[in-house]
Amino acid sequence: MPMIERFRTLAAILTVVAVIVVVWYVFAVVLNSRWEYDQAARAGVQIGLPELIERTLAQDRPMLPTPHQVLAGLWEGVTRYAPTSRRSLVYHAGVTLSATLAGFALGAAAGLLLAVGIMHSRAMDMSVMPWAIASQTIPILAIAPMVIVVLASLGIKGLLPKALIAAYLSFFPVLVGMVKGLRAPDGMQLDLLRTWNASRATTLFKLRLPASLPYLFASLKVGIASALVGTIVAELPAGATVGLGARLLSGSYYGQTIQIWSALFAAAILAAVLVAAVGAVERLVLKRMGLAR
Amino acid sequence: MTAAPVIDIANLDLVFQTNDGPVQALKDVNLTIGKGDFVSFIGPSGCGKTTLLRCIAALETPTSGRLTVCGISADEARKARSYGYVFQAAGLYPWRTIAGNIRLPLEIMGYTRAEQQERVQKVLSLVELEAFGRKYPWQLSGGMQQRASIARALAFDADILLMDEPFGALDEIVRDHLNEELLKLWRRTQKTIAFVTHSIPEAVYLSTKIVVMSPRPGRIAEVIESPLPRGDRPLSIRESREFLDIAHRVREGLRAGHAYD
Ligand SMILES: Nc1ncnc2c1ncn2[C@@H]1O[C@H](COP(=O)(O)OP(=O)(O)OP(=O)(O)O)[C@@H](O)[C@H]1O
Ligand SMILES: [Mg+2]
Repeated sequence: MPMIERFRTLAAILTVVAVIVVVWYVFAVVLNSRWEYDQAARAGVQIGLPELIERTLAQDRPMLPTPHQVLAGLWEGVTRYAPTSRRSLVYHAGVTLSATLAGFALGAAAGLLLAVGIMHSRAMDMSVMPWAIASQTIPILAIAPMVIVVLASLGIKGLLPKALIAAYLSFFPVLVGMVKGLRAPDGMQLDLLRTWNASRATTLFKLRLPASLPYLFASLKVGIASALVGTIVAELPAGATVGLGARLLSGSYYGQTIQIWSALFAAAILAAVLVAAVGAVERLVLKRMGLAR
Repeated sequence: MTAAPVIDIANLDLVFQTNDGPVQALKDVNLTIGKGDFVSFIGPSGCGKTTLLRCIAALETPTSGRLTVCGISADEARKARSYGYVFQAAGLYPWRTIAGNIRLPLEIMGYTRAEQQERVQKVLSLVELEAFGRKYPWQLSGGMQQRASIARALAFDADILLMDEPFGALDEIVRDHLNEELLKLWRRTQKTIAFVTHSIPEAVYLSTKIVVMSPRPGRIAEVIESPLPRGDRPLSIRESREFLDIAHRVREGLRAGHAYD
């Protein structure tokens, strides 16, 4: 039975992927045909449909690169150059990854600490939460360049400014999830600890934190994806030359659409890997705690 | 049979302030519970049984009146860790094994590792769960979970066991069995037990003293001292003349309480 189930799931996934790929090719032909028509008109010749399709799928700087062009771009970026070379996608992904992880660690720690504070102090609940919510309504695209420029003028460059932006985006889901998670234990469980005269710290470590773990992992998954977005946005402002964000930007400067799309896919793959990694840690931890059945 | 009072309650009132105005949950409660007594509280839903138990455990603060436990206030007794509280639901931590759950209060109270180990083993065998220490709560039946939660309340040296409908969610047969076990346990440990129930036979079978309560406002309608022997009480005692007489008195008491409305 599970075998059949798995097969069905796989078939469903493949069907969806196939549909997307077909639609993508159709769009590539339609969007890229304009240029081919212009070229043909300039040369004073007519082109037929088969010729048009062939050419639109193999342009150097297409409006929309085809899936196989993007795959080839990815493959070339990953395998053609040494991972230490500036032309290697692995190098840029590595730069982005390190800032993402640093920012994520910072943001998750901040979210966790703030949640514990909010949990224990009503004053903090009233004062921190509105600011935390307000902080997320400011478009990150607006403040990222400011932060980068200000810090650069103070001589702080490289990983730290990017990590700060990443932390700024990733603390919020952790904060919200953990405030809910720490409050998850019901009245009976709290009363029980009270009859044992347990201290607040004991209540936190023996009950609230373990009970909040499922919430924590759910928000860590959102948080790590946000950290990646934050890092890439922080790599966009002028000056950055390395990182997936910089690849996106330089690609758009020079009309290198294949480079843009390759970087985009690299970022998407990175995000999937990061979220999956958090998921793996989650399964491991929950299993060790006897929570996985 | 007059032991020194362990729990002494005089003129106790408790009013909850709710959004719909004040709710008088307990009115003029007077009660003494002696050392080693097994006291059952019985009464219709909403008559304040849980609230009274929570007052004793210092989980609620009475609006007025006096409540002392071994001569000190309920809250001081709580801080001295005098209570083992068993709730209607087992409330075991799903991320701890059965042994881990029972160890929890011991960890909190700072027992040594060796002592924790020893006590966990002892109470596990007391509730006949020796073989299940390493299992997780979800691997046990509801009745076994409830037994584990009783073991948890017994693991440290609480003088007073407070039990709020601990067997309410279990079927009759498991309940009978656990009642027998509880009586044995009580006899062996000499603890003072306050026990809330909705079942007349359960109250009569277990108790040395039955407190009949009536609602709106919650108050004590009658206190019945049981003439049944403190020692051996086989389940078959429930067919005896004496048992049926007390059960009848409890039923009459409950009915009289209802007639107030
Ligand atoms: N925290 C609270 N706030 C307001 N009112 C409460 C609170 N707890 C209990 N009450 C009220 O006090 C009264 C007594 O409640 P209590 O839970 O003690 O009843 P009970 O005898 O245990 O009932 P049951 O047999 O259904 O468990 C009820 O009217 C209830 O609505
Ligand atoms: Mg109740």
